Amino acid sequence: MKSIKVNMLTRVEGEAALQITLKGDRVTDVKLNVFEPPRMFEAFLRGRHFNEAPDMVARICGICPIAYQMSAVHAFERALNIQIDPMVRMLRRLFYCGEWIESHALHVFMLHAPDFLGYPDAIQMARDHRTVVEQGLRLKKIGNSIVSLMGGREIHPVSAAVGGFYKVPAESELRSLTEDLKWALDASLATVKLVSGFEFPEFERDYEFVALSHPHEYPFNEGRIASSKGLNIFVPEYEEHFVERHVKHSNALQSLMNGRGAYFVGPLARFNINFAQLPDVAKQAAKDCGLKLPVLNPFRSIIVRAIELVFACHEALQIIADYQMPESPRADFTIRAGTGSAATEAPRGLLYHRYKIDDQGLIQFAKIVPPTSQNQKQIEDDLWHYVPQVTALSSEQATWKCEQAVRNYDPCISCATHALHVRIDRA
Amino acid sequence: MSSNKPKIAVFKFASCDGCQLSLLELEDELLALAGAVDIVYFPEASRSMAKGPYDVGLVEGSITTHHDAERIQQVRRECRKLITIGACATSGGIQALRNWSDVNQFIGAVYASPEHIQTLKSSTPIAEHVPVDFELRGCPINKYQLVELVTASLVGRKPAIPTYSVCVQCKRRGTPCVMVAKKIPCLGPVTQAGCGAICPSFHRGCYGCFGPMESPNTASLTQTFRILGETDQQIARAYRGFSAWAWQFRKASEECERS
Repeated sequence: MKSIKVNMLTRVEGEAALQITLKGDRVTDVKLNVFEPPRMFEAFLRGRHFNEAPDMVARICGICPIAYQMSAVHAFERALNIQIDPMVRMLRRLFYCGEWIESHALHVFMLHAPDFLGYPDAIQMARDHRTVVEQGLRLKKIGNSIVSLMGGREIHPVSAAVGGFYKVPAESELRSLTEDLKWALDASLATVKLVSGFEFPEFERDYEFVALSHPHEYPFNEGRIASSKGLNIFVPEYEEHFVERHVKHSNALQSLMNGRGAYFVGPLARFNINFAQLPDVAKQAAKDCGLKLPVLNPFRSIIVRAIELVFACHEALQIIADYQMPESPRADFTIRAGTGSAATEAPRGLLYHRYKIDDQGLIQFAKIVPPTSQNQKQIEDDLWHYVPQVTALSSEQATWKCEQAVRNYDPCISCATHALHVRIDRA
Repeated sequence: MSSNKPKIAVFKFASCDGCQLSLLELEDELLALAGAVDIVYFPEASRSMAKGPYDVGLVEGSITTHHDAERIQQVRRECRKLITIGACATSGGIQALRNWSDVNQFIGAVYASPEHIQTLKSSTPIAEHVPVDFELRGCPINKYQLVELVTASLVGRKPAIPTYSVCVQCKRRGTPCVMVAKKIPCLGPVTQAGCGAICPSFHRGCYGCFGPMESPNTASLTQTFRILGETDQQIARAYRGFSAWAWQFRKASEECERS
């Protein structure tokens, strides 16, 4: 074998190729070539009103539109110094629960599990494992039902607004989800059991994990940015510690930590950094399946995603039980010029936004750093280390294993190429 | 895998993946659908990628690169019927906002290493490049309209997909008109139905994600927006959303800019 080539990476969102070059059994090059065309969001956001931005940035990603809406509204709220209602804050967590459940169920059952069970896709997997696939689809549907109820539709929901929501649900509407969510919690626990029984390659690396960290909550919208190797900063300090690099072979920027190189965002990072903040039911599920902290094997991310499903279902039930409709869905505010940044936890990891607006509320500058750009370098680094384990296999098998290693990150290529870095210097 | 079932392929160009995801969002119908047709090429969902020809090709995304402009020609040759799904494929999508920019200056100002980037000056719909059998609207599409369209295409009948405005759906839902009752600017009167009139039910104006309806009276709506106190700059922005490059909205926005 001289090379491993995947011309079109499948079961990932968006379009990318993988090229690995070997000399004997030694890896001499790894390139994750993102050929998804750039769409230049940060450029055309300039001149638009901040109220238009949450719906526009949602279109960066059809799988995690809420993540983009949440990072955007929080960034604008900081720029405008808006304090949101505590119930609105809870509702936003619930909104995010819906997206995590939908997105994680999609990845665990439809995109990643087929690798472990040896099928090209979930539809073929369903021929032998119909109940498993049906369970995954039902879980996904329950996540989507939270999103639809709160936002009108599953993809690109319409309710998120700067200051709160355009409309909030009544208590009785939310409570109608309770029975389904109880089922989903049980199904998620069963999922943890199922996926922890898969076979995992022996592969661990000394990663630097990065995630939001909050003293009392498993993070969605709030917290400091923390790493497993001691970084602990306020969100507005993000750009002092993380840089983006434009490489020739990719239409997506690669993020690096200043002076430290590649880092790792996503479920594994959140889990390793915020394990203490998980509810007991999720902690117990992790313990029962023998997961030990820190989890350093990226192939086991499928188990961690399943544990986050447990968390999200539990959290959603809790929020729905405690919910009281706020007096007003949106806070009042006056428009002023300012800059605001925010980071939230998209299903695939940390999503950073920064905006500058003028006194009319028009956007003058936008910067968006999605999770997949941040993981891109780490994915390449993983393959440098992982490929020697698979060179003895047939070319077809080795290729499949490498694809699986990429899918560990649930990469969203469409997100990563929302733009390349936009830097406008106006003298 | 070979069978006599119709072969479906899903292709992606510049887009967010949301419209093809709608196929997987058919949680209750997906396995039944997979029983009725063979989805033989769908890279987002499967490793196995069968070669063409295909009976129906579903195309998501707009054309923004030279490479994609060539690829769509090949896709067209391989598909007996070609259906575009969503605002990007049907009108160029939100990324068509670049079409009003000076792209050379834009790229030079925007990219760290512009020589690495290959992109066209404009984002254009599929039908500007190849003949298209049906254009399904929406940002995102309505998944039930997709099922209706695929079913109709396979049996050779006209799909039941309305071309009237969002207003009709609002009336049916019994949603009070946000423009009349709350003076909120709303694109509903000129936008094709299909979403279910969601935005007015969330106390906000329609933002036009299904694109222009058949024969929209944009001149009248522009005038109404002015009466509500919107500036021409604001009105132009309203038309320049997810279907900005659809000619009716393009024309309406350019008229506002000129006046």
